[in-house]
Amino acid sequence: MSNRDITVEELANTEYKYGFVSDVEEEKIPKGLDENVVRLISEKKHEPGWMLEWRLKAYRHWITMKEPHWSNVKYSPIDYQDIIYYAAPKKKPKLNDLNEADPDLLQAFEKLGIPLAEQKRLAGVAVDAVFDSVSVATTFKEKLSELGIVFCSISEAIQNYPDLVRKYLGSVVPYTDNFFASLNSAVFSDGSFAFVPKGVRCPMELSTYFRINASETGQFERTLIVAEEGAYVSYLEGCTAPIRDTNQLHAAVVELVALDNAEIKYSTVQNWYPGDKNGKGGIYNFVTKRGACRGVNSKISWTQVETGSAITWKYPSCLLIGDNSVGEFYSVAMTNNLQQADTGTKMIHMGKNTKSTIISKGISAGRSNNSYRGQVKIARKAENARNYSQCDSLLIGDKCGAHTFPYLETNNPTAQVEHEATTSKIGADQIFYLNQRGISTEDAVRLIVNGYCKEVFKQLPMEFAVEATRLLSMSLEGSVG
Amino acid sequence: MLEIKNLHASVEGKEILKGIDLTVNIGEVHAIMGPNGSGKSTLANILAGKPEYSVTEGEVMYEGKDLLAMKPEIRAREGVFLAFQYPVELPGVNNTTFLRTALNESRKYHSQPEVGAGAFLSLLKKKMHLVEMPDTLLSRSVNEGFSGGEKKRNEILQMAVLEPRLAILDETDSGLDIDALRIVANGVNKLKSRDNATIVVTHYQRLLNYIVPDYVHVLYDGRIVKSGGKDLALELEERGYEWVKQEEIAK
Repeated sequence: MSNRDITVEELANTEYKYGFVSDVEEEKIPKGLDENVVRLISEKKHEPGWMLEWRLKAYRHWITMKEPHWSNVKYSPIDYQDIIYYAAPKKKPKLNDLNEADPDLLQAFEKLGIPLAEQKRLAGVAVDAVFDSVSVATTFKEKLSELGIVFCSISEAIQNYPDLVRKYLGSVVPYTDNFFASLNSAVFSDGSFAFVPKGVRCPMELSTYFRINASETGQFERTLIVAEEGAYVSYLEGCTAPIRDTNQLHAAVVELVALDNAEIKYSTVQNWYPGDKNGKGGIYNFVTKRGACRGVNSKISWTQVETGSAITWKYPSCLLIGDNSVGEFYSVAMTNNLQQADTGTKMIHMGKNTKSTIISKGISAGRSNNSYRGQVKIARKAENARNYSQCDSLLIGDKCGAHTFPYLETNNPTAQVEHEATTSKIGADQIFYLNQRGISTEDAVRLIVNGYCKEVFKQLPMEFAVEATRLLSMSLEGSVG
Repeated sequence: MLEIKNLHASVEGKEILKGIDLTVNIGEVHAIMGPNGSGKSTLANILAGKPEYSVTEGEVMYEGKDLLAMKPEIRAREGVFLAFQYPVELPGVNNTTFLRTALNESRKYHSQPEVGAGAFLSLLKKKMHLVEMPDTLLSRSVNEGFSGGEKKRNEILQMAVLEPRLAILDETDSGLDIDALRIVANGVNKLKSRDNATIVVTHYQRLLNYIVPDYVHVLYDGRIVKSGGKDLALELEERGYEWVKQEEIAK
């Protein structure tokens, strides 16, 4: 009906809300990458020798590697010499004294809904704010330290907790792991570090908010979270970037370590700039996320809601080493216009009685392509391992694609592995049915999509679930014809 | 309340309705009968605003307004309700949430305050008696995994919640056994009042034993070829649609 088309047309023109650029004075190094650049980054951060050595080893390994092309995404070649590897606001607050920060910087975060000033801070959430290459502030740091919890930028951690960093950095994702992880290891500029000591339940959500601001820069952050014996922590990650018509590279690494009886819950709402309707611009998101359940009865749970980026290449994984350890992956990946996502998980069962659950919900609209890629591997010694996987795809319109690539390797006959997959479409008849009950087309699509994502959204902390629902609605706009 | 004049409509270029004239007044029950393919469901869907159908000629006035100019959701909020012949499944969409959203959309449209979750539940409990619906169906996803009879009852439950001015029942009796038919018809009868009107679209006379119409119209080849009182339905049952067809051919 013509009436409907007009509404959809109007909605399609809704802009990416976080596309503004902040006028923050920044220090940038020249474009390009070689050993000197790696040294320069390390020097700017006043790093100890061991850190520089590690970076250089990573760099030397990286130059021997080739960019991988096995994923189901297409893009023109990335020129790694045409990227700025370090950009930082000149007036960075010292020791978290926000009075000394560039007011434009504070305003930028305020505009993103992440107030950093003491009196306005989000209740119950400690935030580490990362702006381009560096962490600019961490809230509630003192309060957390009373419990022995360390939550700070990785740069500070390298200075103040070198033993912890040396022990765990690269222990889950070694610098040789893959092309993008090696690049990250060589040039990472900041990120978050969280350490929850033995027996402590972290009383608030820890959160990092990543913001790319500068043009032509890449963002390479490194996050490391360690939960000691019996510890618990829930961690949230959010991200946005300005609208630019060139592509920007984001290659992050996240490592999680859970010791005996520890639990880490890691939630992401990823909303990097996805590019415009014609596929111009947008973030290339090549991320390595992996958690190691090292201890007995440990648990790592990944929940992700992916709505942004021009390209998403991301497989948050669990190494289930400890006996009875549990790995979970809950994912909603939404692509619209010309976005491409190749995302999924790896569950590697090594310990006895290990259990993993995979719930993946892909939503494709416009001319986008959405792939689920997941691996379940049961090692020879993993007695009684269990996996349940469910991969659903929802198609909106008839120009998009959904693909599922499950890989299964079982080396122990006691394993129980279940895999279910469905593909469905939002039908015109479903929309008309809701219309006939007085519900508008946009609300009808929201209801249907939220219904479809329910299993994943209920895993998110409350505020995040609301945010995720809202984000999804935003990404859906203009997707129904 | 409803005035249809010289309505022509087609689907994918094929003309289905070839000039329908029909007037429905408030408080009346009209039955529209006819053989398969005569255009009964098309008429029901056009009144509700289904996008695939295009009106090529004629007009439909509803409460003095041009019904065809309204979007489907506006028609619904204005009080036009279609009980679907094949209710659609909505996986993951909670039945209660769906019903409350629908009711509140209509209330917002009429500048009435929205109904909160608690108040809505007690309202719903009352309405569920009408269709003898078990509580368990409320926490499920809309129509997902419902039996044929449960789906039809769910339609009438929605009708009970939304209290439409004009209810159109499209082959509501199809696929129902005799007990389910009685329950559904009872529900419809209890909702009938002097302030609303009902159009019952059906192939068989048996539903009209339960929902007694004031008028019966026979649709054949896109036109109303016969109209009469409730006895016309009985005569049709006895003589079959062949009777109408032969008469038409003779003309």
